[in-house]
Amino acid sequence: MLARRIIPCLDVRDGRVVKGVRFQNHEDVGGIEELARRYAEEGADELVFYDISASPSGRTVEPEWVGRVAQAIDIPFCVAGGIRSLEHARARLFGGADKISINTPALENPGLIDAMAKEFGSQCVVVGIDSRVIDGDWRCHKNTGDPSKTSTEHRKTLDWIREVVDRGAGEIVLNCMDQDGVREGYDIDQLAAAREACSVPLIASGGAGAMDHFRDVFQKADVDGALAASVFHKAVIAIPDLKAWLSAEGVEIRL
Amino acid sequence: MTTAIVDTSTANIASVRYALERLGARYKLAETPDEASECDRIILPGVGAAGPAMTRLKATGWAQALQGDQRPLLGVCLGMQLLFDYSVESDCELLGLIPGRVERLDPGSDGPWPHMGWNTLTPVKSDEPLLEGVTDGAHVYFVHGFYTPLSAHTSASTHYGIGITAIARKGHVAGCQFHPERSAKTGAQILTNFVKGAA
Repeated sequence: MLARRIIPCLDVRDGRVVKGVRFQNHEDVGGIEELARRYAEEGADELVFYDISASPSGRTVEPEWVGRVAQAIDIPFCVAGGIRSLEHARARLFGGADKISINTPALENPGLIDAMAKEFGSQCVVVGIDSRVIDGDWRCHKNTGDPSKTSTEHRKTLDWIREVVDRGAGEIVLNCMDQDGVREGYDIDQLAAAREACSVPLIASGGAGAMDHFRDVFQKADVDGALAASVFHKAVIAIPDLKAWLSAEGVEIRL
Repeated sequence: MTTAIVDTSTANIASVRYALERLGARYKLAETPDEASECDRIILPGVGAAGPAMTRLKATGWAQALQGDQRPLLGVCLGMQLLFDYSVESDCELLGLIPGRVERLDPGSDGPWPHMGWNTLTPVKSDEPLLEGVTDGAHVYFVHGFYTPLSAHTSASTHYGIGITAIARKGHVAGCQFHPERSAKTGAQILTNFVKGAA
């Protein structure tokens, strides 16, 4: 049986891994390769590297560290942040990344999804979505790495999920912003609604604080993977303990 | 012992190279068959669609060379599918080294399409050399939307909606549908078995 995936997310700013609360007040939590290697050895199923400063400031992730990560670890990883063209995507994929994830650039230029899927295959095209309730509907947000530039994109989240899948996205990461960094549990309602709308693999993001949050999001929202950052970076939850516990709770897990 | 990596110009070449480097195995990236003349085994990597990959293998001379080659050959992911006869994905003829067709996968109620993530390996043939030292039911990393059904040439299987050939073999020609280069310790063991001489 296909295992549910546990995915540490490493937010990268200026070559270091950082973590903030509700996307703000970032603190340094370690070096990129050092954390990547540690998580791979502890049993992470996949890693996501998200350059949170890339989109607002117009910079892009350094392909150079992509290669160093690809050399260091033997599990798949995805690179996100500031990828706005086929050339940006190609540099990261040929540098050794297994997937690239686009968020704000996809909202600004949806045709980029079609172009990337055609060029590299849907399997490596992930669309990230930052979403929260505005005026009674879940809606997408742009440029969430920089609070001064964060804006509400008026697309409805569920409509956007259907559109990006039609355009060739091979996986969706749904980050529920109201839950991000506060460790009170994933947004089960929103993720379950997204699951209904999403015919490709769906990854939950935002809110993990305890082991039962992972069990709940797998069992109640039927997501394929659960992404988390601070609980792993701050050693609130150890990945081997989490995976053993989930397995005992009846969740299919790679041990 | 040097392994040739066929330069298919697809995105997982870097991952395969780095995996061999982690194992301390010598390799050579070979754009043409001539560049692999000193090598004693061959890895055919690949991601993406079958049609463009076959076009490129024909253009570089690799398609014809692989059809006549007797060295151990390991196809990975798309490279594994290319070993078969025909793919519905691009409606194209493949290398024809292992009998069978590549079909579109229907996961049914097992989950979304494509098949993406860690799934279990079930040995079908007890003498498959690539599986030496690999635990039954170990997880490996799959990313694919097309598949080869179980057949007489299935050495190991997995299940996602239907039985899927995870490792195929006919004589010196073998292939992994999953990515051993991204399958942690299990993948490293399989690659080690290949580069250290499993035929």
